[in-house]
Amino acid sequence: MNWLDRPASDTQITHRSRLWLYGLGVLVLAFLALPTLIVIPMSFSHSQYLEFPPRQWSLRWYEAYFSSGGWMAATVTSLKAGLCTALLATPVGTLAAYGLHVSRIRFAGVAILALLTPTIVPVILVGIALFYAFVQLKMVNSFMGIVLAHSILAVPIVMMIVGSALKSFDLDQERVARSLGATRLQAFLQVTMPQIGFAIVTSALLSFLTSFDEVVVSLFVSGGDNSTLTRAMFMALRDQIDPTIAAISTIMIVITSLLLAITQIFGKPEN
Amino acid sequence: MSAPALSLARDGAGDFHAAALRRDHWRERLGLAALAAPALLLVTVMVLLPVGWLFGLSFTDDAGAPSLEHYRRMLAEPSYGRTFRTTFEISLLTTAICILLGYPLAYFLSQLPRRAANLCMIAVLLPFWTSLLVRTYAWLVLLQRSGLINSWGIQLGLWSEPLQLVHNVGGTLIGMVHIMLPFLVLPLYGTMRAIDRDLLRAASSLGSTPAHGFWTVFFPLSLPGLAAGSALVFVLCLGFYVTPAMLGGGKVTMVSNRIANDIELFFNWGAASALGVVLLVITLAVLVLAARLSRGAGLFGGGH
Repeated sequence: MNWLDRPASDTQITHRSRLWLYGLGVLVLAFLALPTLIVIPMSFSHSQYLEFPPRQWSLRWYEAYFSSGGWMAATVTSLKAGLCTALLATPVGTLAAYGLHVSRIRFAGVAILALLTPTIVPVILVGIALFYAFVQLKMVNSFMGIVLAHSILAVPIVMMIVGSALKSFDLDQERVARSLGATRLQAFLQVTMPQIGFAIVTSALLSFLTSFDEVVVSLFVSGGDNSTLTRAMFMALRDQIDPTIAAISTIMIVITSLLLAITQIFGKPEN
Repeated sequence: MSAPALSLARDGAGDFHAAALRRDHWRERLGLAALAAPALLLVTVMVLLPVGWLFGLSFTDDAGAPSLEHYRRMLAEPSYGRTFRTTFEISLLTTAICILLGYPLAYFLSQLPRRAANLCMIAVLLPFWTSLLVRTYAWLVLLQRSGLINSWGIQLGLWSEPLQLVHNVGGTLIGMVHIMLPFLVLPLYGTMRAIDRDLLRAASSLGSTPAHGFWTVFFPLSLPGLAAGSALVFVLCLGFYVTPAMLGGGKVTMVSNRIANDIELFFNWGAASALGVVLLVITLAVLVLAARLSRGAGLFGGGH
């Protein structure tokens, strides 16, 4: 019997009559994945026009990137901002998620809603609101400002990830530890933390990515000596299609994939 | 905690202890809730207060007196109407295209064995997590006049002159659909996976054809996921800035682009704030409506 004529599902439809579905599915998957991936080989093209497949291979766009003081400064700013955002947003978000979850206070719902506003409010509004706040606080174009702004966007992500991990964690374990003489802090550090550790690691990595990839808010609050990489890229693309950005994009895709691979390998709960 | 407190209270003699316990209990809960204080402080100072200030600013004129000037101008000047129409049209079109491409994809994935589906999910998740700027740049490179799509099209004899594929509405739509598609597929796929296969088997054993079974059983059950995903896509589209700015070539002005222009070019905080307030109100209205509808859909579509 031909594979095509076998039933494909419980409703006895054959694979043959489903071929259109398989074709369409694969096409849409290709539409999603290929455009980003195709930038990788193109970044090794010698030509100004980024051919695919490249007729002549070269590393000239990578050289252009690594030898440019401006691109390097922006990259360092973005890496530092990502790291500081992860270091600030992860504990702040974890504390908030834990406190609101454990206390079960009536006001917790309102607090959670308030903390999630940065994800509901259109990002352009967050951008100009922060820009205004930083003008008053004299923090426009400051490194501190970038970190605070990105943390605002990262805290809700940390809260959602840690919050959902806490929901599946049995709080009675903490009570047991405390009835055996542990303080609340000890119980949290020795009993709860190890079990929601995967969520904390994942949220730290995603906080870094949130900051590293952020564009709109950075356009308003970063600049001058503290331009982020995304701001520099946006500005460069306004004028022309600079092939150096293909090299930068490839590096960013590699960083993103590495971080996501790490969350997949280390970020899974043990069981 | 509360059970021993209650039994003590019932004794009568333990009233005092019960009150003390309850007070301690409350103090502890408040202390725990206070752990959220740093996060709340951050959000209040950095987002809530400044957004509130923008809100106030949108209702004052240049001299600082209360006025509806900015809203009145929004109604009077046709260019604002055009901006809102563009925003709605592009958001609706993007959502519609996402449904047309995303529903079959989610269905395809839901019919695959789990292992194969998880593998295909990488193709959905990779762009989801790749920088928006990188993806927009990729489309710029592919769609430009000397880009890959044009050179392949000409080589294959599909068209003879390079087509204008980017720096217009079409290019913006392609970029936005690419970014929004995972937001539709992920919730939809989850809903479809949760549909009980026995229901389809039952329909089939009662004599329905595969197509009839799909439309009368599977499709209605998948609607809550479709509604949630579509609402999310539409709302996120309303606030798009980067993609129209880069792929629209200055020809596509959505509300966010207009807000940025008002600030960057004209330093007109009042006008920008008023636009921002309208955008926020529309966003919230769509979200509330979607929540209502999905609750309704849940009533009709849920078998549980």
